[in-house]
Amino acid sequence: MTVLQTVMLVLVILSGTAVALISEPLHQVLVLAIYGFALTLLFFCLQAPDVALSELVVSGVGLPLIILATLRKLAERRDREDA
Amino acid sequence: MSTRARLLVFGLGGVALAAVLALGLGGLPAFGHYHGVYGRRVAQIELGARHATDYVTALNFDLRAFDTLGEEFILFGSVTGVALLLRALREDARHELARTLEEHSFAGASEALRLTALLLIPMLTTLGIYLALHGALTPGGGFQAGVVLAAGPMVILLAGRYLALKQIAPDWILEAADSAGAAAYTLVGLGGLIFSAVFFRNFLGLGTPGQLLSAGMMPVNSAAVAIEVCGAFLLTWTEFLDQSLLVRR
Repeated sequence: MTVLQTVMLVLVILSGTAVALISEPLHQVLVLAIYGFALTLLFFCLQAPDVALSELVVSGVGLPLIILATLRKLAERRDREDA
Repeated sequence: MSTRARLLVFGLGGVALAAVLALGLGGLPAFGHYHGVYGRRVAQIELGARHATDYVTALNFDLRAFDTLGEEFILFGSVTGVALLLRALREDARHELARTLEEHSFAGASEALRLTALLLIPMLTTLGIYLALHGALTPGGGFQAGVVLAAGPMVILLAGRYLALKQIAPDWILEAADSAGAAAYTLVGLGGLIFSAVFFRNFLGLGTPGQLLSAGMMPVNSAAVAIEVCGAFLLTWTEFLDQSLLVRR
């Protein structure tokens, strides 16, 4: 395993742990996007560019988008129930 | 269950898991030394048999095209489920939807964001089309192309013009793309059945390796899957965004 692959693996471990340990969902979404990007770099360093392409868009655009839309809907409903 | 009891259960399970992991990881071959037979066989025969230079796409869309058929219909079924559920929620609020279309509010995108969005849209669309057509030649293929193509129009949301996105990608276009892609992929498989006596066996000419129109049915499959995945992802995203931005209940 080369140095670059080891560094990428450590980045994935750190960002994955960060996603799990953050409690606020909005912050978690942003760290999730960073985790997806770290995974993309890891796949690229492991010589799997097809997987890296899919992972980049799905985890960087797709997943945060639907989570943010859901969070906004829930916040709106909570505000309306409080008002 | 109290926190202490939960931590105790985790402690026991964690120790057992660590022991099994250590035993298992110890017996693995060295990193980078592949011991399988199938991969080597594919690497030997693939270029001569299918004239494709991207072996991953060759596996996805020709050698194991049947598995990809299952994956495409998993995507199709799950997007249908999401659309069913979220539209059922929207049915009761239809009169509110008509009103909120005029009152649609967005925090407002800065000029820099709008300029970036304007630059990103053609780049992403071109990249998606390139990935779809060059599936058999370079890393990429149908699914990657589909998600990049779907991310293109989504950039319009970044620029603060969600309603413009609804106008260029209304529901019926996305549904048509989703269904047409899935149907086209199945029809290519049936073409294999009709013209080569085996479901999903290649029946188109193989061409010269490295040229755009080569590798038989792989570009066709790749394009069909790209259209389906683009429609499926855009449909899911616009359904979620409709619920959070347009529907008020």
